Amino acid sequence: MIAYLSRRLLGLVPLLLGITLISFMVIHVAPGSPMDLLTDMNPDASPELRDRLAEHWGLDEPLPVQYAMWLKRVVVGDFGNSLSRDPRPVIDKVAEALPVTLVLNLMSLCLVMAAAIPIGVYSATHPYSRSDRVATVFVFLGFAMPTFWLALLCMMLFGVELAWLPVSGLQSLDYDSLGPWDKVLDRARHLVLPVSIAAITSLAGMSRYMRSSMLEVFRQDYVTTARAKGLSERVVVYRHALRNAMLPVITLLGLSVPGLIGGSVIFETIFAIPGMGRLFYNSVMGRDYTVVMGVLVIGAVLTLLGNLLADVSYAIADPRLRRR
Amino acid sequence: MSILSRIASNRLTMAGGVMVALLFAVAVLAPVISPYDPGAVNTQAILEAPSLAHPLGTDGIGRDVLSRMIYGARVSLMVGFVAVGIASLIGVLLGSTAGYFGGMIDAVIMRFVDVMLCFPSFFLILAVIAFLDASIWNIMVVIGLTSWMGVCRLVRAEFMALRSREFMLAAEGLGLPSLRIMLRHGLPNAMAPVFVAFILGVAGAILTESALSFLGIGVQPPDPSWGNILTEGKNTIEVAWWLSVCPGVAILLTVLAYNLLGEGLRDVLDPRLREG
Repeated sequence: MIAYLSRRLLGLVPLLLGITLISFMVIHVAPGSPMDLLTDMNPDASPELRDRLAEHWGLDEPLPVQYAMWLKRVVVGDFGNSLSRDPRPVIDKVAEALPVTLVLNLMSLCLVMAAAIPIGVYSATHPYSRSDRVATVFVFLGFAMPTFWLALLCMMLFGVELAWLPVSGLQSLDYDSLGPWDKVLDRARHLVLPVSIAAITSLAGMSRYMRSSMLEVFRQDYVTTARAKGLSERVVVYRHALRNAMLPVITLLGLSVPGLIGGSVIFETIFAIPGMGRLFYNSVMGRDYTVVMGVLVIGAVLTLLGNLLADVSYAIADPRLRRR
Repeated sequence: MSILSRIASNRLTMAGGVMVALLFAVAVLAPVISPYDPGAVNTQAILEAPSLAHPLGTDGIGRDVLSRMIYGARVSLMVGFVAVGIASLIGVLLGSTAGYFGGMIDAVIMRFVDVMLCFPSFFLILAVIAFLDASIWNIMVVIGLTSWMGVCRLVRAEFMALRSREFMLAAEGLGLPSLRIMLRHGLPNAMAPVFVAFILGVAGAILTESALSFLGIGVQPPDPSWGNILTEGKNTIEVAWWLSVCPGVAILLTVLAYNLLGEGLRDVLDPRLREG
């Protein structure tokens, strides 16, 4: 296991370098420089001042040198300060936004799994039945659904027409004056719409995946053996088949991390949730280069860690993999 | 059974195919079939509900929504096909190179794929588009540049399997140049999954474009796109439901059509993936 882990960790190094290189390039292919942002609107910005600023930030160095300088700071978590009106260090802003996105995605993942496993198992045990067909239709609709549109419709229906749920932010304005129980309730009410809408698209894919994974396992000899030795169908399905069918799902979860982080842009902007997606969107709109670069790198590194975590859990769950 | 009759025997695939064909027709014939000029402002008819004169109503400055939807179909079709065309080209080139040559070349290309897969693609697209500018060309190029990895992996796998087949070895034995072997002998045998990935990719690109336009960094008004019609619909949702319902339904049905067609083709073209 230790050998496996160290091999995997070593393999991360070139990937991390690649991630930083691409992030760096993305920002530097863009016309204009962060300096324009500060000096364009400022009549006092003489050419000499611009040169001094460029020298101060190392912008007069050749690109490879700039990359090396930037990388040296990034390695210790120093992404510089935000260029927006709120000039805190990038890392602080990310540290504030990241937990929000993580918690939201974790909650929606739990919801997805709680629904996808039963749906997938039912579809696989009753293939081509009426319910399986209904599930298939639902899956295709889920794949095709533009999340932002669904979010909009749900906001209208539950937020405005029925006025059951709040439609923006994570807490009410009077949050601080609420009692402890009401605080929990308030949070929960704010989370219902974003969490369930984030869940819907993954739900379609995941239940489909569970179905085919279960069908695959049903064809295996050990399932036939389990049936042949007279185990009840229940035990065969849940103890023998399901546990094996769940294995590839671990990998799928790892692979879905970038999609989840990327997707957070859409529903966090719609629901005004202060997470990574909205931070990124606002920074992109405000040309806040340092935050954009920071979030790009951190988002990619998170994906990398998500995949690593998935592979390691797979290796823990399935000893055959460790020996490879 | 031939491929065509297999497709015809699956009602869902057929439905998808017919819808895709219809969308093509609408996009191509847009100038002929749209009742109004999509940019024509009519201050006498602001936010009018659907009627005989305007089957899908009008928007905030009196433009005919049906005409804008029809031209929007053009945009999404173009974005879908050009973006996925770019992605397929990159994917096929890199994938066949990696799979055919193997070794170091393969290792380098596949690490590059791994790196690209780490980025939430929506983040990359957003960053590049915001820093360049949000023209429809930039959108197509950037979506293409960030979505070739799946095709690359598919083609690589096909080429690795093909490498040891007799006809490939024969071509090598004849001393044909590598490029010719790859393009003339390898590629035609690796195209089936690429074709399926292409159709499914178009669905994804259309969704991405509409999301970008909805966020205001895609196709810019006054050019119509389903995403930016929906943005206007968002602001007037309480008085003009048709402005948010029409584009949403159009996106949903279009993506659905491509997915149905793509999944159906996958079943037909690749018997290995057929479910039990």
